[in-house]
Amino acid sequence: MNWIKTLRIIIIVAVIFIALILAFPLNEKIRLGLDLQGGSHIILECVDTPNAPVDDDAVNRALEIIRNRVDQLGVSEPVIQREGAKRILVQLPGVDDPETAVEMIGKTALLEFKNEEGETLLTGAHLVNAQASFDQFGRPIVLIEFDSVGANEFGEATRKNVGKILAITLDGEEISAPVVQEPILDGKAQITGNFTVESAQHLALLLRSGALPVKVEILENRTVGPTLGKDSIEKGIKAGLAGLVLILIFMGVYYKSFGLIADFALVVCMLLIVGTLAGLKATLTLPGIAGIVLTIGMAVDANILIFERIKEELRLEKTFRASIDAGFNKAFRSILDSNLTTLVAAFALFYFGSGPIKGFAVTLSIGILASMFTALIVTKIILELAANRLSPKALL
Amino acid sequence: MELFKDRNFDFIKHRKVAYTISAIILLIGLLSILFQGFNYGIDFAGGTLLQLRFDQAVSTAEIRNILGEFNLSQSTIQRLSEENEFIIRAGNIDDEQRREILLAFEEKLANPEVLRMETVGPIMGEALRRSFIYALIFAFIGIILYVTLRFEFKFSLVSVLALLHDALIVLGIFSLLRKEISVQIVAAILTIIGYSVNNTIIILDRLRENMKLRTREKMENLINLSINQTLTRSILTTLTTIFPILTLYFFGGSMLSDFALALLLGMVVGTYSSIFIASPLLLEWNRIFQKEQKAVRATGKKMVKNNFKK
Repeated sequence: MNWIKTLRIIIIVAVIFIALILAFPLNEKIRLGLDLQGGSHIILECVDTPNAPVDDDAVNRALEIIRNRVDQLGVSEPVIQREGAKRILVQLPGVDDPETAVEMIGKTALLEFKNEEGETLLTGAHLVNAQASFDQFGRPIVLIEFDSVGANEFGEATRKNVGKILAITLDGEEISAPVVQEPILDGKAQITGNFTVESAQHLALLLRSGALPVKVEILENRTVGPTLGKDSIEKGIKAGLAGLVLILIFMGVYYKSFGLIADFALVVCMLLIVGTLAGLKATLTLPGIAGIVLTIGMAVDANILIFERIKEELRLEKTFRASIDAGFNKAFRSILDSNLTTLVAAFALFYFGSGPIKGFAVTLSIGILASMFTALIVTKIILELAANRLSPKALL
Repeated sequence: MELFKDRNFDFIKHRKVAYTISAIILLIGLLSILFQGFNYGIDFAGGTLLQLRFDQAVSTAEIRNILGEFNLSQSTIQRLSEENEFIIRAGNIDDEQRREILLAFEEKLANPEVLRMETVGPIMGEALRRSFIYALIFAFIGIILYVTLRFEFKFSLVSVLALLHDALIVLGIFSLLRKEISVQIVAAILTIIGYSVNNTIIILDRLRENMKLRTREKMENLINLSINQTLTRSILTTLTTIFPILTLYFFGGSMLSDFALALLLGMVVGTYSSIFIASPLLLEWNRIFQKEQKAVRATGKKMVKNNFKK
């Protein structure tokens, strides 16, 4: 055995070893997409209103406020980022109550205090704190606290309206309309509305994080519950394993000992795909699982091309070793061509596609590259090593 | 083992039959696309999708009744293969209305669990549609460029004609069956485009090899020989690719079944077109081209112009 061969074997073993380390344990190493672990994918757009036109600064401030709200909701590893000029992407993996989450994110939460004439005397801009609490009758309320500027304004507003109604509105809707008993000068007030414990907490959270500087609209909201995600993973794995077993059996029956070599290469290929996926910290989505399943079938294509070529060479009365060499050489261009065209399509999908579909493009591309490696290098080395023990008759 | 021993099918002789079959299927599909259009999913059309699992058996009619109370009786209600699971597709339903609908289900039918909820605004659908058209154009141009660089223009022309044939047939069948066109289906079409050119390339590759080896052989014989020589591997590679697609279709759940169906159709049509359409088309091209050359040799350029007028 010459040293180049030894080196190749070492490289193959090393690659398999690295893939194993990268990929296992699977549930820790593979990052799941929102469609598999459950969660919400939301695209918001800041829209112009007569009072608040959208500019770059407003979008950035809105993004910070949304980030603040999401943090307070206690979502782990959320994604909040700008998409283009006016859009904000929010991803909330594993969120318990997506419904409320979405509602909390998109609310402008502009708190206003209005006199009986409907004039706005002050807003929630100078709030320093808001907490849910209970009044003396055990009803949920929201306690708010102004900074010094706010306290002055609030003192002024209450002083001028003693004995009158000072309405508290959120986004133009009245929450409560208390009558001012006496001027409040310490900057502390309570909002008594028709609250439940939960809604009081929500309002407090919204007020703490501040009002959005512009109106935001939900352009897209894709939410998957945790049950469906788990279902999808189970079914995807089941389909993948069934497909894998079918192919393993088929190759073994059709190509006998050669088929077993292709089977080994296929298993290595699967391992490489999962290892690469984990190594790149790529996200596995449901279409991504479909991409892996599809690769199972495409991966053996290269082996079939090679084996069929070797068969032809054998029929030309060439020696076994010469046939193996010629088979690989002549099949190489076809394998490269056919895989590259699929890569072109996968690239188009990755570049122009969105969301979970990108996951399909990723696994398909990784699968194509891994299958080329295993078919052209792993299969070849094993064939050469085993050439003495294999009977060419198994192919014919 | 050998799938086709001593194979010597005459694909060229019977090519008109294949052309006719393809033309009929294409025509039916195109008519359906033209008159019936596509059943765009909410990805592209916008709207709201709700996937629900009820804790008791309910019927589509019962669901439609309740939706009717919200003026949503026009919604599409699809019963999934999973027990008591349904997908409801409607125009835009806002958060408030959705909550009311779910409450109505709970009170009047059975407890619904929301498995999936998607709302896509019309702007996003429009943008998504545009970006997928770009993706399709990009893939086509990329493949034309690659095949042209590797072979020559006439090879890439027939490959792309075969690809268009495959994509249009799958789209036509989806339009005919009123199957939903979602992001996944477009991804499947793109994959078909990338994969189905493989079989064509393998035949063309062999054809080129044979053209070098047997320079005196007639083109139709060379094409026949090349298709026959590569027939086993064309069928085998398609077969092995179809196996996992079938398991995806049967075990992958409702989320992936249409995707698998599109891939399956594409693989079958793609292999068929590689063998029966793409390679024979090369002969047509050659005939037109050679006739022209002979004409040039015989009577000069005037004849060529006349030829074109025909």
